[in-house]
Amino acid sequence: MAKTLAQEFTKGLWEEIPPFRLVLGLCPVLAVTKSVENGLGMGIATTFVLVCSNFLVSMLRNVIPSKIRIACFIIIIATFVTVVELLMQAFAYPLYLQLGIFIPLIVVNCIVLGRAEAFASKNNPVFSVADGLGIGIGFTLSLSALGAVREVLGEGTFYGMQVFGPSFEPFTFMVEAPGAFVCLGLMLCLMNLAGSR
Amino acid sequence: MREMIKMVIVLTVLSSLSGGLLAAIRNNTQERIDSQVLKFVKGPAIQKILEGATNNPINDRFAIPVDEEEKNFFVGVFEGVPKVVAFETKGGGYGGDVGVMVAVDVKTGKIHGVSVTTHNETPGVGARVETHEDFKSQFKGVPIGTETKVKKDGGDITAMSGATITSRAVCTAVRRAGDLYEKAKPQIKQQLSSFSG
Repeated sequence: MAKTLAQEFTKGLWEEIPPFRLVLGLCPVLAVTKSVENGLGMGIATTFVLVCSNFLVSMLRNVIPSKIRIACFIIIIATFVTVVELLMQAFAYPLYLQLGIFIPLIVVNCIVLGRAEAFASKNNPVFSVADGLGIGIGFTLSLSALGAVREVLGEGTFYGMQVFGPSFEPFTFMVEAPGAFVCLGLMLCLMNLAGSR
Repeated sequence: MREMIKMVIVLTVLSSLSGGLLAAIRNNTQERIDSQVLKFVKGPAIQKILEGATNNPINDRFAIPVDEEEKNFFVGVFEGVPKVVAFETKGGGYGGDVGVMVAVDVKTGKIHGVSVTTHNETPGVGARVETHEDFKSQFKGVPIGTETKVKKDGGDITAMSGATITSRAVCTAVRRAGDLYEKAKPQIKQQLSSFSG
């Protein structure tokens, strides 16, 4: 049962990689992954919230009465989300314009609340930070990968740089909402194939 | 009873700490956020249509109440004379309002240029309005207050192919700019005559 620190960290990268293995938090996954930059930005914002809230929830786990734990978790998470939102407005405004409403919606991202409830409230702060970091990086990688596929096919660019020649006709479908579902479905399918071996 | 009191205390302390932290961060970022909004939302559009102005139109702005609403007017100085004002109007597009920055030459009463600020049009179709200079340059030199319409509606403006609704939205915004300019004209002239850049 007792896992090492490294195991807690790496489980988020493959075994429990959020959108593909846990299939949680799909709303931002589908909505913001129009480009690599968006995916990366959303991933980093979520990772920050996840690590901070995991740490604080774990620190306070013996103080918070269990009857009101969810309310306390939400206050903690919402605080960090608002911090991220303000900082992003001040220092990365173009990214904030792209992500828009999905930044405040990190509050109700089930990954963040899920980790607070399932992990941080039962483990010590060091392990909770490792868990948050692992899951966060896994989430960031998944969003970036999905963003990369959609951006390359849909816009013909990667992180804003041209990939194909000017003769490439962008497959616009991929950057619209239905494209996100199709793309996520195909990636889930590949992940399951790879995992079932 | 004791448990009850503990719950109240925990929640109160947590909320106040959260509130205090957020207030502090907001206080420190507010100014930066305001300038970022101007720079990234309105800035590029203003810079584009007032290209060649010798002043900084974003700093040299004044507000006039039009129809009970404070409207920002950005002044462009050309050849040493403050002769162009730019302001924003909106027209209903395919995915909500399309914000259009219209610059008017005060001396001649002709449109100096138009540029799109915010929109939510379909990528690859209506969204081309951002970069479609052939379409936008049609408004150049048209006297402000002209009934601008796309050819389909009996006007002179050639719509962007496949994006008639977006093209119409820009025409509507330019027509509204005409009304607005007419209402604010005396105050604009007054502001410009006392302008010292």
